[in-house]
Amino acid sequence: MKPFTYERPKDIASAIKAMRANPAAKFLAGGTNLLDLMKSEIEHPPHLVDIGRLPLAAIENTRDGGLRIGAMTTNTQVASDARVRSLYPVLAQAIVSGGSAQLRNKATTGGNLMQRTRCAYFYDTAKPCNKRLPGSGCAALGGLNRNSAIFGTSDACIATNPSDMAVALAALDARIETLTAEGATRSLAVADMHRLPGDTPEIETELKSGELITSVIIPPAPPGGQIYRKVRDRASYAGALVSVAAVGGRVAWGGVALKPWRAEKTEAALVAGIEIPEAVGAELATAEPRGANSFKITLIGRLTAAALGETLAGRRA
Amino acid sequence: MHTNLTVNGKGQALDHDTRTTLLDALRETLNLKGTKKGCDHGQCGACTVLVNGVRINACLSLVAMHDGDEVVTIEGLASGDVLHPMQQAFLTQDALQCGYCTPGQICSAVAMLKEVAEGQPSQATHDLVGRISLTDEEIRERMSGNICRCSAYPQILAAIRSVAGDVV
Repeated sequence: MKPFTYERPKDIASAIKAMRANPAAKFLAGGTNLLDLMKSEIEHPPHLVDIGRLPLAAIENTRDGGLRIGAMTTNTQVASDARVRSLYPVLAQAIVSGGSAQLRNKATTGGNLMQRTRCAYFYDTAKPCNKRLPGSGCAALGGLNRNSAIFGTSDACIATNPSDMAVALAALDARIETLTAEGATRSLAVADMHRLPGDTPEIETELKSGELITSVIIPPAPPGGQIYRKVRDRASYAGALVSVAAVGGRVAWGGVALKPWRAEKTEAALVAGIEIPEAVGAELATAEPRGANSFKITLIGRLTAAALGETLAGRRA
Repeated sequence: MHTNLTVNGKGQALDHDTRTTLLDALRETLNLKGTKKGCDHGQCGACTVLVNGVRINACLSLVAMHDGDEVVTIEGLASGDVLHPMQQAFLTQDALQCGYCTPGQICSAVAMLKEVAEGQPSQATHDLVGRISLTDEEIRERMSGNICRCSAYPQILAAIRSVAGDVV
């Protein structure tokens, strides 16, 4: 790791102030992704602001029957919460399908949303990567891209977002609440939080410098079934090749884009009464495979059709 | 910088570089070599320790993050010469070959049984709202963060099963 200074502010206001004083600093929460990247010198922040003990670790009922999940709750805490398991089984399933128990015990809700791609070329510092070194090129384009994205890609980047949790949150229409560096509160949909790569794949989210995610707000669960299904190269402790979160007739996909991908054309087709296979095909028609990852189209199509068959019949988890 | 923490019941005051991980503090500063460094990237589980009773990868944590925490390593599980039941089970069931992953496996298994008792679900939990039945499928899934290069998995499963008791 490159040398850095470290502080653990006492309260949220001090954390925001610390970031204002040092715009190159990074928030440190569970550390499971950031410290890993710092060891590989892919991340090299000069200063860390440890927010792991800020009072943002509660899960509270909202007035309208949803949940407010503090950004510093651990993945284990959220997946184990009785309300999450009964009202939002798709979220509990998505979380426990990610990482290992050791990682989930440390990883936080806010950190999970901010984790960076697992693209092998992002991790290989001997290779070009526009995320890691803007302007250097994308080695995945002509490389081993079996696990790259099929939606929303650009010639600058074809990486995917690795979060399982975010896919479920996108399907649940969850929103994040943040505190900006200026101290203002704002809110945006989880589905809109991550940016597509375009010409600037190094800019990954809509969050501004020093902005802190304080909570995730999930609206009341809609009627109907909820299911998270994930396909990967080994049975456990691996990222998705593809995954689907189905909440009634809402569909979000993981492993196919640099953000949790809401299959809006599929959803609209279902609302219009179109049969499941054709509805799924409506979104898949817009996919842009890059050679070795074209199998994802068939895979996500079949996985989604199976999941929707269950959620539209009311099956939960 | 300076961090105070309790390791295996004993208070420790450490002066350290900001970059020092909990793993390196345990091994290099406190000379507790039972906790192993395998991948150093959270992929193998050899560095699993208990922090405030919860299993984590010591390699992916800065020691600075653990001021005031209570850490238990493999050296802290036994009571004098009497092994922890999980340690004894690994011996009885021959749940290791080279042994490098074993301290992490044992710490992980001890915490895993507590997680089940507390009702924490896993990917292998079919009924998210009911009581968890600790099937072999559950044990395998819950231990997937601990890799064994010698592939002693059947014996590791048998050792954990012998401590957990039969499936109910």
